[in-house]
Amino acid sequence: MTERPPVLSVRGLSVRFLLPGGRRIAAVTDARFDVAPGECLALIGESGCGKSVLASALLGLLPANAQTAGGAFLGDLDLLTADERTLARTVRGRRIGLIPQSPAAHLTPVRTVRSQMEETVAQLTGVRGRTALRTAAERAARRAGFPPDHLDRHPHELSGGLAQRAATALALIGDAPLLLADEPTTGLDRDLVDRTVDELRRHVDADGDRALLMITHDLAAAERVADRVAVMYAGRIVELADAKAFFGAPGPRHPYSRGLLDALPDRAFTPIPGMPPELGDLPDGCAFAARCDRATDACTALPPFTGSIACHHPAPAPAPAPAPEDIRA
Amino acid sequence: MLELRAITAGYDRRAPVVRDATLTVAPGESVGLLGPSGCGKSTLARVAALLHRPDAGTLLLDGAPVHRWRHRAPRELRTAVGVVFQQPRLSADPRLRLTDLIAEPLRATGRRAAVPVRMAELAETVGLTPDLLARRPHEVSDGQLQRACVARALVLRPRWLICDEMTAMLDASTTAALVGVVEDYRASTGAGLLAVGHDRTLLDRWCDRTADWETVTGRSCGGPGAGAPAGKAAS
Ligand SMILES: Nc1ncnc2c1ncn2[C@@H]1O[C@H](COP(=O)(O)OP(=O)(O)OP(=O)(O)O)[C@@H](O)[C@H]1O
Ligand code: SF4
Ligand SMILES: [Mg+2]
Repeated sequence: MTERPPVLSVRGLSVRFLLPGGRRIAAVTDARFDVAPGECLALIGESGCGKSVLASALLGLLPANAQTAGGAFLGDLDLLTADERTLARTVRGRRIGLIPQSPAAHLTPVRTVRSQMEETVAQLTGVRGRTALRTAAERAARRAGFPPDHLDRHPHELSGGLAQRAATALALIGDAPLLLADEPTTGLDRDLVDRTVDELRRHVDADGDRALLMITHDLAAAERVADRVAVMYAGRIVELADAKAFFGAPGPRHPYSRGLLDALPDRAFTPIPGMPPELGDLPDGCAFAARCDRATDACTALPPFTGSIACHHPAPAPAPAPAPEDIRA
Repeated sequence: MLELRAITAGYDRRAPVVRDATLTVAPGESVGLLGPSGCGKSTLARVAALLHRPDAGTLLLDGAPVHRWRHRAPRELRTAVGVVFQQPRLSADPRLRLTDLIAEPLRATGRRAAVPVRMAELAETVGLTPDLLARRPHEVSDGQLQRACVARALVLRPRWLICDEMTAMLDASTTAALVGVVEDYRASTGAGLLAVGHDRTLLDRWCDRTADWETVTGRSCGGPGAGAPAGKAAS
C-alpha cells in the first residue's frame, strides 16, 4: 500500500499575484505535500491565508496576474503547466471533482438545479435519454442529501445549506479520483456538516483509489474526516500532522496550530492575538512571530519546513519510537 | 425587552417558512437561537432586525409594537437595533472603503460630527488598522470584512444586537475574537443579544441561554428546504 503512488503530489508550489505599481502578493509559498490513494487531507488555516488560491492553482483557475512556480502532479500530469484545453476537457470535473466555496456563485442562477444536474450527468457519464438522465440526476441529488423535491428550484430559492448540497452533488457526478472541496460545509448545521463530510469520506473509501483534499476552517469537520492535517499560515504550510495526534494527544506542535485549537468554543475560546500579516508585506523571518508567545531572536530567520513542521521552537514531537539520544538514558 | 410574539413570516403567504414563533430577550440578556439549516432562523432574525415584515404576529421593542419594517421603520427603532449577517460580502456595499462602511449609519442619521471619535474607538475595538480601513471590501479577507461589519453594527450604540450566523464563515480565532468584541460591548452598554446559529457548542459557550427552534415555534423544522429530516430518512 505504501508503494502506491500518490493521487496528488504538490512539489514546492508557489503563487504570486502581481499588482499594479509592482506590488507582489505571496499567496502561496513552497507548498509541499502528497495525498495518497484512500486518504483525506484537511488543509486548515485562517481566512485569507492562501488555501483557496492553492486550490485554484491545482485547477488552473488562477487569474491572469498570477505567476506559479514548482509543480503539482496528478499522476503524470503537471497541473501547473497543463494547457487550458487539457484542464477543461480532462481535468476539471473528470479527474478533479470540485466542491466550491460559494455554491451560490458556482450554480448557474437562471437555471433550475435539475437542469444543471442533468447536464453534468450527460457531460461526464454515459447516461443518455430523458428518463435515464432524470433518474440519474435524482440519484445524484439524493447521494449528497439534496431533497429531490427541490430540484426544480433556482439557486436563489435555496437556503445556504441546500445550495451547498447541490454543489456537492454536482462534484460527485464524474467520480473523479481527486475530490477537491473548498469549504464544503460553510453555513451548514452540525448534522449536515457531518453528513456532507461523511459522504465525501465514503466516496474516498469506496474503492481505495480516490483521495480528498478538503480545505476548511471548520476544525470539527476536519477532525471528523481527515487522516492528516496540513496547517497553512501566511501562504506557507507550517505543520503537517497525523489527524489523531493533532486533535487529540499530544496535540499540535506549531504555536499557530495550538492557538487555532485553543480558540475553539469547547476549548479555551480565546483568540490568537492580532491578525495575520499582509501577504504583500511579509517579514523576512517567521510570519507568525508578531503573534507568537514562543518567539525569540532566532525567529527573525525563516524556519525551514522539515516535512512536518516549520518552527524554531515547536512543542516536542510525539515519540512513537525512542529517539537515538534516549538510548543513553 | 425584545419580544417576538406568534410570528408567522416567509416569502409566500401560502407557505410561510416561520410559523407562530415566540421568543423574548430581556435587556442585557443574550439568547442563542438554534435550528437546522433552512428552517427559517434567518427569516425570523430579519423580522427581529426590522428587515422583514411578518405575515402575522407582533414584534415589541422596549414595550412598543412595531408597525413598519425596512426603510419605513421609524429611525429611533432602526438605530436601536444593530445587525450582523453571515456573509459579509453580501451585506457590505462593495464601493465603500471600510471606514465609510462603518461610519455610514452615523452619516445617514445626521451624526457626522461623531464620526472621528467613534471610528477611532471602534477600529481599535475590532482590530482594524488604518491601512485596512482605507481598503474596499474586495481588497480584504472575509474575516477582516466581518470585523468591519461588526463595527458598523455597533456604531450607533444599539440597545439590541441581532447576529445571524455571524461567525459561520470565519475561522476559530476570528470567531473567538468577534464574539469577544460583542461581549465587551454588551458588558459596557447592557445591550441585549439574539444570536442565531446552528452551532450548539458555540451558542452554549457564548449566550446566557439557548432556545431550540422547536421550542420557539412549537414544532420541528418542517418548512420548505428542511432537507435534514428527508435526508436522514433516506440514509
Ligand atoms: N427569496 C426567497 N425566495 C424563496 N424562498 C426562499 C427565499 N429565501 C429563502 N427561502 C427559503 O426559505 C427557507 C428558510 O430560509 P432561511 O434562509 O431563513 O433558512 P436558514 O435557517 O437561515 O438556513 P441556512 O442555515 O441553511 O442558511 C428555505 O427553504 C429557503 O429555501
Ligand atoms: S518560528 Fe518562532 S515565532 Fe515562528 S512559530 Fe516558531 S516559535 Fe513562534
Ligand atoms: Mg441562515
